[in-house]
Amino acid sequence: MAEDAHAAFGVRIRNLYKIFGPYPERHIAAIKAGMSKAELNEKHHHVLGLRNINIEMPAGGIHVIMGLSGSGKSTLIRHINRLIDPSFGEILVGDQDVVTMAPDELRDFRRHKTAMVFQKFALLPHRTVLDNTVYGLEIQGVPRARQVDAAMRWIERVGLKGFEKRYPNQLSGGMQQRVGLARALTNDAPILLMDEAYSALDPLIRVDMQTVLLDIQKEVRKTIVFITHDLDEALRLGDQIAILRDGEVVQHGTSQDIVLNPADDYVANFVRQVNRGRVVRTASAMTALSPDAAAGLPTIAGDVTVEEAARALRAHQADALTVVDTAGKPIGRITMRDVLTTLFPMPES
Amino acid sequence: MDWLFTFPHLDDAILTATKKSIDESFRAFTRAYGDLIETLFYPLQLFLNFCEHFMTDTPWPLILLLLLGTAWIASRSWKVVAGTFAILFVIGFLGMWTDTMKTVSMIFVSTIIAVVIGLPIGIALSRSERLRRLINPVLDIMQTMPSFVYLIPVVMLLGIGKVPGLIAVVIYALPPMIRMTDLGIRLVDRDVLEAADAFGSSSGQKLLKVQLPLAMPNIMAGINQTIMMTLAMVVVAAMIGVQGLGQPVLKAIANQYFTLGMFNGFAIVGIAVIFDRVSQAYGLRLQKHREVVHG
Ligand SMILES: Nc1ncnc2c1ncn2[C@@H]1O[C@H](COP(=O)(O)OP(=O)(O)OP(=O)(O)O)[C@@H](O)[C@H]1O
Ligand SMILES: [Mg+2]
Repeated sequence: MAEDAHAAFGVRIRNLYKIFGPYPERHIAAIKAGMSKAELNEKHHHVLGLRNINIEMPAGGIHVIMGLSGSGKSTLIRHINRLIDPSFGEILVGDQDVVTMAPDELRDFRRHKTAMVFQKFALLPHRTVLDNTVYGLEIQGVPRARQVDAAMRWIERVGLKGFEKRYPNQLSGGMQQRVGLARALTNDAPILLMDEAYSALDPLIRVDMQTVLLDIQKEVRKTIVFITHDLDEALRLGDQIAILRDGEVVQHGTSQDIVLNPADDYVANFVRQVNRGRVVRTASAMTALSPDAAAGLPTIAGDVTVEEAARALRAHQADALTVVDTAGKPIGRITMRDVLTTLFPMPES
Repeated sequence: MDWLFTFPHLDDAILTATKKSIDESFRAFTRAYGDLIETLFYPLQLFLNFCEHFMTDTPWPLILLLLLGTAWIASRSWKVVAGTFAILFVIGFLGMWTDTMKTVSMIFVSTIIAVVIGLPIGIALSRSERLRRLINPVLDIMQTMPSFVYLIPVVMLLGIGKVPGLIAVVIYALPPMIRMTDLGIRLVDRDVLEAADAFGSSSGQKLLKVQLPLAMPNIMAGINQTIMMTLAMVVVAAMIGVQGLGQPVLKAIANQYFTLGMFNGFAIVGIAVIFDRVSQAYGLRLQKHREVVHG
């Protein structure tokens, strides 16, 4: 039942435009006709936030939105719970159109369907960890005992047991963001919006928090929208990654798509430093099965990373492995040479 | 060459007539509505009397305990409580206990009224830029207009007594309360407000659970200033019949009683110090966990 409810809340964004400034409606036509961000800014003193965004985010996945500073990531995620009103377009959550909601409908939607984690934590400094965590339930009017039950469960889950009486300014950044996460999870909304939630944390704590999120996601299966400008984070977390540039989506796909086939130089630049062995799957690196496939080779699943394939090759002291699909049917063969080609592709001539 | 030395002005007769007719119409207004207005303010009169009687008729040890207890609850500091005790002791010992209690009661009531009026106005200002532009000059006038000037219409309407005195004090002491409330709410971290919105807070919930609590240190500073300003008005208010420490000061001025003036003056300073320290310590205590700290 709970899974059904969550399954219904994918997010679909269609033809979304956002122009900042006093008279966005005057310029929307020109923007649709292709006026550039720079021209809009210079001639009309309006800022183009987003241009023609179309993204499908199926329920239950982690959808990463990436891009450099100023590319419109925060603007985009704030459209999903309408902290920012669009200039044009549709945002469908489940089968509800967020754009046309009346104020009290919108409030209800925010209370029950979404929860958000912020880059600067945005905790209530005058409230303890516990009282911060219950905030969402409190404003819904849930009885205090139930608020505390739910909050304590998540406080414990994010590793803050024993700190519930502390105030945010008595905690380190990493701990404060755990509170932010616990507060969002306590709301038990099917959609979790995370705007650079981990960008303010130092690298070790960050990886730690990514693990916490991935572990929790295995239990709760929410539709998570995660913003970052760190590609490693994006690749680690994202089932789907959308890359934004100057308010436009330049590429949208799985991490492997993005690493193997960057859409343009902007994306290529992003992926240059990536450890491809941790992203590319054996099924993409293998040679398709030839009819004379030698049986008897050790097997490896097609959906594990090339790095793991390399490790297996080493462990088995084999020259090749048979790649099998989820049903166990052989689909190809991977050799050390395939691994190397994947890790160190020939520079394009 | 006469015109060079006299600024061209309305004919004296016209001026006098104008002033006279305005005065006349205000007097007529007073005659017509004075009683009604007095009735409207009657509950205030009762409240004032009640507080004054409470402060002066209750045995002094109880009042002393009450004041010290309040100081402790607000400041949680033995130093502040000890200071309060010392000042009150000296005041009482020098024979000014009753007058001081009358003044304290007056300040208490003025401050409550200033808060009751000032807080909602401050909240309203923080929400509307237009209202703020409208009200701000009014607040400036309230603060700079010599208080004697607006005493005139108040006295004409309500005569001499506690209530007109209270009104004059509140007019003078209200602006900082309004300004600090407005400022405090405006200074609330935008990120925190966004978070409150993102969780679906109604605007009332946002006000009560986020804006007011976070504005509290500033609001407390406003209350502190308001108290100080009511104290500054004690002598002026005494001129229109408010009892307390102001009256002996007036008497001292009229009769050149140097010591009487000094004693009462120092008593006013003494309770100013008490109110200031206690309310500031309370404000500080509120602030303890409130700063937003990142990282
Ligand atoms: N309220 C606003 N008024 C005018 N322009 C705005 C407003 N909010 C955002 N912008 C502009 O929209 C663009 C996208 O901003 P946004 O905050 O979404 O970027 P971002 O990708 O989140 O960047 P960062 O990584 O720095 O957080 C920027 O050019 C920014 O200047
Ligand atoms: Mg941002």
